[in-house]
Amino acid sequence: MSKKMHITLTVNGKEEEFLAEPRELLIYTLRERLNITGPHIGCETSHCGACTVTINGKSVKSCTMFVAQADGADVTTIEGIGGPDELHPLQEAFKEHHGLQCGYCTPGMITRATKLLEENPNPTEEEIRFGMAGNLCRCTGYQNIVKSIQAAAATMNAAKEAAE
Amino acid sequence: MIPAAFDYYRPKDLPGVVALLQEHGDDARVMAGGHSLIPMMKLRMADVPHLIDMQDVDGMNGIYVGDTGVRIGAMTTQAELIDSAELADAAPILREAALQIADPQVRYMGTVGGNVANGDPGNDMPGLMQCFDATFTLFGPDGERTVPAREFYEAAYMTAREDDEVLTAVSFPTPAGGYAYEKQKRKIGDYATAAAAVQIVKDGGSCASASIAMTNLSDTPVFSEAAGAALVGTSVDGDAIRAAVAAMLNDIDPVDDNRGPVAFKNHVAGVILTRAIERAWSRA
Ligand SMILES: Cc1cc2nc3c(=O)[nH]c(=O)nc-3n(C[C@H](O)[C@H](O)[C@H](O)COP(=O)(O)OP(=O)(O)OC[C@H]3O[C@@H](n4cnc5c(N)ncnc54)[C@H](O)[C@@H]3O)c2cc1C
Ligand code: FES
Ligand code: FES
Repeated sequence: MSKKMHITLTVNGKEEEFLAEPRELLIYTLRERLNITGPHIGCETSHCGACTVTINGKSVKSCTMFVAQADGADVTTIEGIGGPDELHPLQEAFKEHHGLQCGYCTPGMITRATKLLEENPNPTEEEIRFGMAGNLCRCTGYQNIVKSIQAAAATMNAAKEAAE
Repeated sequence: MIPAAFDYYRPKDLPGVVALLQEHGDDARVMAGGHSLIPMMKLRMADVPHLIDMQDVDGMNGIYVGDTGVRIGAMTTQAELIDSAELADAAPILREAALQIADPQVRYMGTVGGNVANGDPGNDMPGLMQCFDATFTLFGPDGERTVPAREFYEAAYMTAREDDEVLTAVSFPTPAGGYAYEKQKRKIGDYATAAAAVQIVKDGGSCASASIAMTNLSDTPVFSEAAGAALVGTSVDGDAIRAAVAAMLNDIDPVDDNRGPVAFKNHVAGVILTRAIERAWSRA
């Protein structure tokens, strides 16, 4: 065992401080230490995207980051995006358009999609498929995920226009 | 998957990194984006008792496009490459290639320096650097030195970089003419079964110069001087392309693996190079 490190993280707006071994993978920090179980472990080998969170404005597979690397970082998980009381337009759209079946990939999918729509508020189908390529789904065949993201983009753009 | 324990360092400058490398020798490794290194550590294929995270190190970021050449700091991510309008203008093949590396999440983290220093034959940037005749800048205990990319790769994971050196930048003359990066992979996000980087300069109706490099078809990236030479002076017609492919096949040395047997690799290499040459020529 190596020396424990003092770690400070901001997760979903809340500051967290603890001691951890630097080798702890961020996904375990979130799930087992902080009890934030939205981000899932699918493959644990950097392929499936189920563990995707947003770190300092980037979509990151949290199974491929040491907690030591994330020291000082700002982390957003699905829990920070929306919840049962107030669904994010992406969550609403996934529900409405059958963007999920078993739901295992969904937190990673939606977390990644928030970033995709931030960078490209009006994506084409091709851009959605390319921008979501780091997230695998074994249920839906992706068609309804694409539809859900398109629908959420439309809702979000309409809300933005109405606000202007 | 839990990697072996390590001590973690986050130095703020290059001399700090080099001092740690000197102190711990073989037991220390630098980490850039970690998207090659962490998977290897999780599989316990890399043993790193002292891990030096370079995320806070100054002076290894930024893309500089000058009148005659380009310099890219080692810590520049693939996502930053893709987003640079200046670079898309000066060396569009880089963006075309970067978009074919891994997936969005990996590209936010993976760096140019990590990709070229890693020495994995599957990495895409080393082949491009052969095509560009790029130069790598290394910083070590005795200061800075440069190594031509075409002399950098010795074998899989073996490079001209000393254990106590950091790769700080890649530089290359602004590439001229038409370009194409063609990559065959089993699925999106996969490493290449075969990939080709091609830059071609057209003069009148004929080829004035051509630079061709191949990825994941040998234990190092392959610069095929002969393949380029086969195109020079021709109108890049079918015969010339077949000659270039034949020359390239002489220079590669693929092995059987889960991407297919040797005969298949050779076949795919030929198809990919043909497509790359045709596309580069159409843009020349
Ligand atoms: C799912 C997945 C798919 C991928 N697909 C592809 C692909 O198709 N094509 C491709 O090219 N890559 C692919 N990669 C690899 C990815 O691009 C890596 O990020 C890249 O190879 C390494 O960059 P890094 O910054 O993450 O390096 P790290 O993982 O941090 O480092 C890699 C190695 O280089 C050394 N190193 C890093 N930076 C320096 C430096 N500045 N000086 C000296 N040594 C250094 C480290 O010590 C380590 O040995 C994939 C990765 C994943 C997880
Ligand atoms: S669990 Fe992290 S990418 Fe699959
Ligand atoms: S909904 Fe089951 S994996 Fe995507």
